[in-house]
Amino acid sequence: MNGLPGLYNDFIAIFLMMAGFYVVISQGNLVKKLVGLGLFQTSVFIFYISMGKVAGGNAPILTDGVEVYSNPLPHVLILTAIVVGVATTAVGLALVVRIQEAYGTVEEDDIQAQDDAEEWPDDTAQDSSKDTGPDANGSARS
Amino acid sequence: MLIAIASIKLRDLFAVVMLFGIYSFMTATLFMDLDAVDVAFTEAAVGAGVTTVLMLSSLRLTTRWEKIPRHSPLLPLLVVGITGAALVYGTLDAPMLGDAQAPVHQHVAPRYIEQGPVEVGMPNMVTAVLASYRGYDTFGETVVIFTAGLAVLLLLGIQENPDTKPGRTAIGDQLVLRVLVKILIPLILLYALYVQFHGDYGAGGGFQAGVIFATGFVLYDLVFGDGNARLVMPPRWLHRLAALGVLIYGGVGVISLLGGKAFLDYSVLSHDPVHGQHLGVLLVELGVGITVFSIILAIFFAFSGRSRIR
Amino acid sequence: MSFLEHLPVLIVIVPLMAAPICVLLDRPRLAWLVALIAAFSSLFCAIALLSQVLDGSVISYELGGWAAPWGIEYRIDLLGAFVLLIVSAMAAAVLDFAKASVEHEIPTDRIARFYAAFLLALAGLLGIVATGDAFNVFVFLEISSLASYALISMGRDRRALNAAFQYLVMGTIGATFILIGIGFLYMMTGTLNMQDLAERLPAVADTNTVRAGFAFLTVGIGLKLAMFPLHLWLPNAYAYAPSIVSAFLAATATKVALYVMLRFMLGIFGVDFSLHEMPFAWILMVLGVLGILSGSLVAIYQDNVKRMLAYSSVAQIGYMVLGIAIATTAGVTAAVLHMFNHALMKGALFLALGAVVYRLGSVRLNDLSGLGWHMPWTMAAVVVGGLSLIGVPPTVGFISKWYLVIAVLEHGWWPLALVVLIGSVLALIYVWRVLEVAYLRPRPASAPPVSEAPLSMLIPVWLLVIANIYFGIATHLSVGSAERAAALLMGTAPMGGAQ
Repeated sequence: MNGLPGLYNDFIAIFLMMAGFYVVISQGNLVKKLVGLGLFQTSVFIFYISMGKVAGGNAPILTDGVEVYSNPLPHVLILTAIVVGVATTAVGLALVVRIQEAYGTVEEDDIQAQDDAEEWPDDTAQDSSKDTGPDANGSARS
Repeated sequence: MLIAIASIKLRDLFAVVMLFGIYSFMTATLFMDLDAVDVAFTEAAVGAGVTTVLMLSSLRLTTRWEKIPRHSPLLPLLVVGITGAALVYGTLDAPMLGDAQAPVHQHVAPRYIEQGPVEVGMPNMVTAVLASYRGYDTFGETVVIFTAGLAVLLLLGIQENPDTKPGRTAIGDQLVLRVLVKILIPLILLYALYVQFHGDYGAGGGFQAGVIFATGFVLYDLVFGDGNARLVMPPRWLHRLAALGVLIYGGVGVISLLGGKAFLDYSVLSHDPVHGQHLGVLLVELGVGITVFSIILAIFFAFSGRSRIR
Repeated sequence: MSFLEHLPVLIVIVPLMAAPICVLLDRPRLAWLVALIAAFSSLFCAIALLSQVLDGSVISYELGGWAAPWGIEYRIDLLGAFVLLIVSAMAAAVLDFAKASVEHEIPTDRIARFYAAFLLALAGLLGIVATGDAFNVFVFLEISSLASYALISMGRDRRALNAAFQYLVMGTIGATFILIGIGFLYMMTGTLNMQDLAERLPAVADTNTVRAGFAFLTVGIGLKLAMFPLHLWLPNAYAYAPSIVSAFLAATATKVALYVMLRFMLGIFGVDFSLHEMPFAWILMVLGVLGILSGSLVAIYQDNVKRMLAYSSVAQIGYMVLGIAIATTAGVTAAVLHMFNHALMKGALFLALGAVVYRLGSVRLNDLSGLGWHMPWTMAAVVVGGLSLIGVPPTVGFISKWYLVIAVLEHGWWPLALVVLIGSVLALIYVWRVLEVAYLRPRPASAPPVSEAPLSMLIPVWLLVIANIYFGIATHLSVGSAERAAALLMGTAPMGGAQ
């Protein structure tokens, strides 16, 4: 294990990844889940960028008098991944907003409870409890 | 790291989101330290900027306080523990940080560094790889953004006529802010244009420029209230603009096809292949910029134009 | 370069570019037409590609004109072309059906954008299959995933929103795991090109990093594949999505994930590393068996027929995983074959249910009473699809199970054959529950009258039903392709290894 100092960055990234991952799977609040997801993804970015670093290297922009450049490829990959991350977050947040409107809550447990009540309804309430989304397209029967 | 722990513990979602923004910003400085200037730029603009604004907008529509969870944290901890152990296990054999002999630096990448400036004709290797060598990935990335915008609009609808009246602002009437922002906005927009067209020499490119340009509008909207920003950039045109951006990028690819070369081979664009590469990169970056700008603004409008339903 | 040489990229680009065009047009009918044309163009490309690689050759296409490890390569072999055919054919069939169903289920002002999202999902799935670049897989995976989250959330039931959110969280974790796995591989080899990876991995295969990369890729793909026990997102997502989305995703998305698994495990890591060196085959086998049994058991207790079929999908994925786990050419043949056959049966069943939703507005078991006599053609399609699910000859379901059992018995593992048999019996039970209600119970007098679904829906449904029977009898194309693709993957027969 003589290499531990050299892996310092990786270990930080791993710790952050696990923190984010923990938030995603343990928290009941949907917004917080998304924050955790962001944390998780961002730490993976650190992991990638650490890979591209060359000791004594410079930013990969051609400059006079600089011989050693860091590896540009991980940078490119992560640029793409950041975009993917923000795209996912945006869609997730839009879903959260709609869930709030449809259920009145963004806590996973409350939503689950409401769904269960709907799955085994008292016989009469079955149809009226459906189509509660604000964009539901009129009546179910045509 | 502390910030990460804090965001697990805190129940005030507002604080969590702000901390997340700060965390993103610190990540960006770390990227800077690791020589990834383009990535740092993007992370600062996207992670610390756009994501935070979007999260705050949606907090406005939901609740600020989180409930106390009832689940036992044991199972998640176990899963996380196993995953973490696997990761540590995996990195034990991995090359050290900064090791120039690592396989990553021996294969594929040297050509980007040595030949990139010659073959593609621009000093910024990240832009060269992004827009030319792996230009198809970037096309995919543009489509990802477009898809996200489409998804948000499908979910929230296009907010044509927000119920907020002009003059009523999100953060109240603040004279100092108004004056400051009035000075800042032209600078922001100018800077965005500079980043857009200078990406081949310095850090930046279409994506960052689109974000910054959109930020200018978002800032205006936040400070001067709804309505005016929408008059300049009508929401119903934004997603069409985004579609146009994707088509510009794809169109360049189709032109290469018609020119008898592979998809996105820019050398057909001009007699001199290197010049063609340069032109192609500029064009696709323009497409990226347009798409990113209009989608981010459209998403922001979609969130901010929605009133809270209880 | 001639037009034919551009086919590998055209198959992806056409739906990809058609999506923004749909948005620009913003007219429901025009958007549908554009989507339909795009899907059929892709189908045409897929057929042409399949005919080119049928002899075992490989098509390579260098995007941007940059040679392989530096640029991104599209690489299509027999297996790839076969999956491309499945995906694009299902898209074309579903879109035929879509017009009336979508107008019924989606608000008019969003239809154009709905079709755009559908096309993006299609293009994403095709892109995953066609690409020969590991990171490009991630990018197109996200395109198709984001589009599918949006599509699922368009279901009318509010539970669709929650289902889409769960899918988003699980899917993003899966994608991030895949990203970590690719990162590990890249770290050790310095390349992202699959072919290049396959060449360079053996030299560094005996390191923790590569093993960890393997583990992360497996879990990540397993999440996307909805492999037991990572399947929790699937049932609700399929149950509450709009009809055509359920049909399309059930028939294609998991198949593409399975393809990615085959590609990474067998194509990149190699047969020896994946199936012999790692305890991968045993884990897969256990998970496959558990998936078959638990999926089928839970399906029996569902009151929502769409949900029942979704759980049945978990079981069917179990069969495919089991096929890979057997780790022989025959086993992989069975898995690939079942990909094709399962797409046909689930496509037919979900589309038939789409017709039921169109007329009835519900797929709860109790609401289906006596429907067999009111919608005879639709329910007859359900009968054939159900028989196929059980595995009754002469349907495709029988063919898949036949090959799976043969592969199992090659090893003399008769307990596994028993599992397959039990799975079929359980399928018989849940299919029977639907049929009993639909044919043997009278329609309550108070229920509103229903009539048969329109012809525009019945034709695509019955095309798929006929395909179910046709490919159950004329197995030349499906079995032949699957066998040769499996032989190529396992490296047992470089050229034309079919019997």
